[in-house]
Amino acid sequence: MRSVTTRRGIEAKVRTLGTDANPPLVYLHGAGGLMPTEPVLECLAEHFAVFAPEWPGFGEEMTESRLEDMLDFTLHGWDLIECLGLDRPCLVGHSMGGMIAAEMAAINPTGLSGLALLAAAGLWLDDHPVPDIFAMLPFELAEVLFSDPKAGEQVLTAGLDFGDDDALKQFLVGNARKLGTAGKILFPIPNRRLSKRLYRVSTATVLVWGQQDKLLPPVYAERYQELLTGTVAELHLIDGAAHMLPYEQPEATAAAVCALLG
Amino acid sequence: MGGSKLMKFVWFNLQPWPYLPEDFRETYRSVWVDIPNTLFDPEKGHDLYNMYLDQLEFAESVGFDGLGCNEHHQNAYGLMPSPNIIAASLARRTSDAAICVIGNSIALYNPPLRVAEEFAMLDCISGGRLVAGFPVGTAMDTNFTYGQIPALTRDKYAEAHDMIIQAWTRDEVFAFDGKYNQLRYVNLWPKPVQKPHPPVYIPGGGSIETWDFCLDHDYNYSYLSFNGYKGGKAMLDGFWDRQAERGDRDDSPYRTSFAQIMCVADTDEEAEKLYAEHVLYFFNRCLHVYPGFSDPAGYRTVDTIKAGKLNQLRKENIEMFTKLTWKDLVDGGFVIAGSPDTVAEQMEYLATSLRVGTVFCLMSIGNMPDWKTRYSTQLFAEKVMPRLRNIWPDYDSEQWWCKPLANRVRHEGDDLNRARRYPDTPEGVL
Repeated sequence: MRSVTTRRGIEAKVRTLGTDANPPLVYLHGAGGLMPTEPVLECLAEHFAVFAPEWPGFGEEMTESRLEDMLDFTLHGWDLIECLGLDRPCLVGHSMGGMIAAEMAAINPTGLSGLALLAAAGLWLDDHPVPDIFAMLPFELAEVLFSDPKAGEQVLTAGLDFGDDDALKQFLVGNARKLGTAGKILFPIPNRRLSKRLYRVSTATVLVWGQQDKLLPPVYAERYQELLTGTVAELHLIDGAAHMLPYEQPEATAAAVCALLG
Repeated sequence: MGGSKLMKFVWFNLQPWPYLPEDFRETYRSVWVDIPNTLFDPEKGHDLYNMYLDQLEFAESVGFDGLGCNEHHQNAYGLMPSPNIIAASLARRTSDAAICVIGNSIALYNPPLRVAEEFAMLDCISGGRLVAGFPVGTAMDTNFTYGQIPALTRDKYAEAHDMIIQAWTRDEVFAFDGKYNQLRYVNLWPKPVQKPHPPVYIPGGGSIETWDFCLDHDYNYSYLSFNGYKGGKAMLDGFWDRQAERGDRDDSPYRTSFAQIMCVADTDEEAEKLYAEHVLYFFNRCLHVYPGFSDPAGYRTVDTIKAGKLNQLRKENIEMFTKLTWKDLVDGGFVIAGSPDTVAEQMEYLATSLRVGTVFCLMSIGNMPDWKTRYSTQLFAEKVMPRLRNIWPDYDSEQWWCKPLANRVRHEGDDLNRARRYPDTPEGVL
């Protein structure tokens, strides 16, 4: 774990894995934040020097009020890369993190050596409305996010028992910070007009999607493919995984990302 | 009717839809946000709006000090997405009562200048009778219906408040460079009659931020819930503790207001017989809100979550809902119901224990027919109100009440509608 301070003055904790001899990879987590164990990072660390920053508002501190909109989020991503001293890393983002990664790649297309979008948010299709996670109760989330909701519940709660008042409160406070922050770019509709900017992405790109994704079904991956006109974006569909593919199929997810190594 | 040393009573009606089916709770997940709009019948809506407006006018005629309306969206128990339309009708058909718009959810208006303008129009048309409410708004209205980002709602609210107050009080053209609103020329036409501006009421929950906001600006802290005087005591206690803690010497009960559901009849037994089914309609059908809509992440502060209740968030508790009974509601203080003696006694206790000078009287409940509403309203005005008027002889409400023009246009001759009898009124009543 490293602690860095961006030029804007925002402190960030960064989980680091793997050896510096390998090419650098930055991993942006989804709206659930970094879990205590992130198996996909361990798989990626076999091939990359992995840097997984915790987004402001996702740790113990209060929501970062300096990050208000999509541009703030995007620039924070680049500020992190700058203060980590990384040169043209691969950028991987899951869900909300994928949306931020895609924006970063659109705004600075030459700054990356590869882009992997894992079940990335950021687009909206009228015929496939994204379920409203902001209106869901804690016990309803696993059903939408995992192909195996029972196992998913364990991941989400990190072993907490919702029957216990303190545990539930702890979850709600954490959730308020995380989803409260995520809401700045995802509420009420997770579309901040990224679709207008995706043509600028020119780096090698892979799209990695859970076959059983009910939140952002694979039709969203296809839409990304259509919009990424400046690069060839290969689609990897992973069976036995839904929206939370990095937790459900970490090896297969990491293997798909490794396609970026060429 | 300007400020005075007499306790203030505002007649307030949420304007519920009275035709929700018996199995509403079992069949639909929420009365708010995503309730099927096929349950709304515009022809019935025509009758209903006119009946509710007649009742508000009737309330003035029997002596209520104020008439209240509020803002809800996509909600079957509150049919006023635009309370200013109701207030405009009242401004032209009443002459004395304060028009209490409690209020406009100011973060929802783009630009919020619209609120400054419409409230100024209402204040001019009514001759200075406007009481202006600025709620943050519920998550159902603000976030899920009107799409505001939960974590930014309070910041946007604060900016809207700043713009409105400046627009009301500044005489020169000015630029407003806000984060959410940028206007090159702010120059309010018309301006409000009341100076520096109409009294401001803040309908809010129980956060320290809300209490401080009211105390900082000398606004009325309005706790308007359906919890009743027992459930709401902690909120008012919190406000008064905060007021004392800040070393503020003005402990006028007119700094606060409180909403209470009330039903008055000849006897306690008659109250139950006449009103129980309508009150139960309200609590068991109208208040069926899907809990996922009440608190999106980011809407409440972390401290408020820590102090909050968790029951609604557990699957077993949602499924285990047991219907409330009349006795539950009366014993729990959700409803003050009974003979004029019973109601007066409890109201006196309410006013003194909560230290409240202005009461929002919820007297048309659920699917109550017109005649019962009028019956209860009239009994309250004639037999309860006089006994409560002098609870606070040492305080004057002037600072927290409207200041109407002495020479204002009067709207006499509308008594016909005030006394309109709806078809279901039994013979010999009213």
